[in-house]
Amino acid sequence: MNFFILSVIKAAVVAFVLLTTLAYLQWVERKVIAHIQVRLGPSRVGPHGLLQPLADVIKLITKEDLIPPHVNKFLYVLAPFLAVTMALISISVVPFGTEITAFGQTTWMQLTDLNIGLLVILAISSMGVYGIALGGWASNNKYALLGGLRSSAQMISYELPLSIAIASPLLLSNTLSLRQLVDTQAGFGFLPHWNIFRGPWPQIVSFVVFLIAAFAETNRVPFDLPEAENELVAGFHTEYSSMKFAAFFMAEYSNMVTVSCVATILFLGGWHPLWPAQYGSSLAPAAVFAGGGALMLYHGLHPARRKDRITLPIFGIIFLAVAVALVAPAVQSVFVPLFWFLAKVGIILFLFIWVRGTLPRFRYDQLMRFAWKVLFPVALVNLLVTGFLVALLG
Amino acid sequence: MDVILFLIFATIAVVCAINVVVQTHPISSAVSLIGVMGSLAVLYLLLGAEFIAMAQIIVYAGAIMVLFVFVIMLLNAGAESKRGRSLVAQLLGFPLLIAFLTLVSFLIQRLLPGTMAQFGTFKGGTAQNIGRALFTTYLLPFEVTSVLILIAILGAIVLARKELD
Repeated sequence: MNFFILSVIKAAVVAFVLLTTLAYLQWVERKVIAHIQVRLGPSRVGPHGLLQPLADVIKLITKEDLIPPHVNKFLYVLAPFLAVTMALISISVVPFGTEITAFGQTTWMQLTDLNIGLLVILAISSMGVYGIALGGWASNNKYALLGGLRSSAQMISYELPLSIAIASPLLLSNTLSLRQLVDTQAGFGFLPHWNIFRGPWPQIVSFVVFLIAAFAETNRVPFDLPEAENELVAGFHTEYSSMKFAAFFMAEYSNMVTVSCVATILFLGGWHPLWPAQYGSSLAPAAVFAGGGALMLYHGLHPARRKDRITLPIFGIIFLAVAVALVAPAVQSVFVPLFWFLAKVGIILFLFIWVRGTLPRFRYDQLMRFAWKVLFPVALVNLLVTGFLVALLG
Repeated sequence: MDVILFLIFATIAVVCAINVVVQTHPISSAVSLIGVMGSLAVLYLLLGAEFIAMAQIIVYAGAIMVLFVFVIMLLNAGAESKRGRSLVAQLLGFPLLIAFLTLVSFLIQRLLPGTMAQFGTFKGGTAQNIGRALFTTYLLPFEVTSVLILIAILGAIVLARKELD
C-alpha cells in the first residue's frame, strides 16, 4: 500500500512538472527565436510574458472544438489522443536523479525502472507515428493527407539510423535499463566516463547521428516537412482546432523532452557531473543560481524599462536565496544530481530551439537522400567499429 | 491479477482480430490489426517474455503496420462494397466458421493435453537471454533467415526497378 501511495505521489509530481515544462518550453522557444530574429517575443502577459503559457492554455481550451463534417470521426478523434498519450507515457521510465530519502521513505527519482527501459521508449515513440499519420488521413483533406504521408515516411526512415545510433552506446554500457545505463557512466579519467567520451571508441559520431535523427523523429526544423507552412498550410493538423490541436502541440514538445532525456542518459552520463566533486562540481548549481541572481540585481539597479525596477530585483533575491539553500549538504544530495541532469536536458532543448531559429527547411528528396545515403551508413559503420573494438578490448 | 489481465487483453485481441475482417475500410482494418499486435505484446509480457513483447511492438506495430498504413494512404484505397458476395458464402460462411473453430479447439485439446500457461514463472525472456540464444544455439537459423530477408529485398528492388536505358 505504501508503494502504491508513493507511486501515485511520484506520478502526480512528474505529470505536473512535465506539463508545466511543456507550457514553458513553448514560452522559452518563442522568446529565444524572437531574440535570434531581433524581436522581443511575448511581453504583454505578465513580466517578460511569463504568464503567456497560461493565456495560451485558456485560449486553447475555450476555443470552439470543431469536427468538420467530412472527416472519419472515430480516427479523427483518436489521432490527437493517441499522439499525446504515447508522447506523455514514455517519460515514465526516465530516471531524473539518484535515490532520495524524504519523510523516512527512500525512493528513486524515477517512476519505474525496467530492464528493457530503452526498448519501451523506442516502442512507445514508434506508436506515436500513428497519431500524426491517422490524423492526416482522417482529416480527409489533401494537405493534411500529404503531411501525414510525409511524416510516416520520414519517421520510418529516420527510426533506422536512430536505433542503430542507440545500439552503439548500449554496447559500451551493456544494459538496457536506463538507471544502470547512467550508473555505468560514473567516474572520471581525463574526461568524465560518459559514453560520448568513453573508450574504446568515443560515441561522438553516434551522438550526432542520434541528435539529427531525433530532430527528424520529433518533426522539428529542419525536418518539419509534415507541417511545412508554405507548402501544406499546416500539414497533418490543418483540420484540427482547440484542445485537439493543443494535443498535437503537446505531443511534439513532450517528444522533444523525452528525446533530450534519452540523449542525456545514453551519451551524456545522466546526472553525473562534468568534473569530480572534489573540484567543486556539487557547488556548480549554487554558483549558477548566484550568478543569475547577481545579474538580475545588477539589471534591476540599472533598469532598461520602468517595471524592471521591481520585477528583476525580486527574481534576483529569489535566485540568491535558492543559491544559499543549494549549499546546504542535505539539499545538495537531492538537487545536485537533478541539477546536472536538467542542465544537460536543457542544453539539448536549447539546441532544438536554436536550430529552429537558424536553419532553413530541407526539401523532401534531400531529406530522404540524407537519411538513407548519409545518416544510415555512418551509423552502421560506427556500430561496426564500436562492436569490433568492444569485442577486442572491452 | 495476471489472469484478469490475460482475459482482458485476450478479449481485446480477439475482438480486434474479428474487426480486421468485418471492417470495410482498409485503414480501419489496419488500425484493428495494430490493436491485435499491441494486445499480443501484453500477452507476451504476462508470460515473462519482455524482450519479445517490445520487439513485437517496435517491429510489427511500429514499423510494419506504419508501412501498411502508409501504403493504404498512398494508394488512397476506398471502402469496399458489401455487395457481390455469392449466396453460398452468405449461407454457409458462419456454420463453416463454427465447425472450423470446433475442430481446431478439439485438435489442440487432443494434441497438447495438460499444457498450462504459467504467468510470472518464466524468467528467460530478457534481452541477454534472447541475444545469447540467437548467437549461440540458433546462430545458423538466425543467419539463414537474415539471408532470406536480403533475398526478398533484392527481389522487391528488381521487381520495382524502372528499366534503365
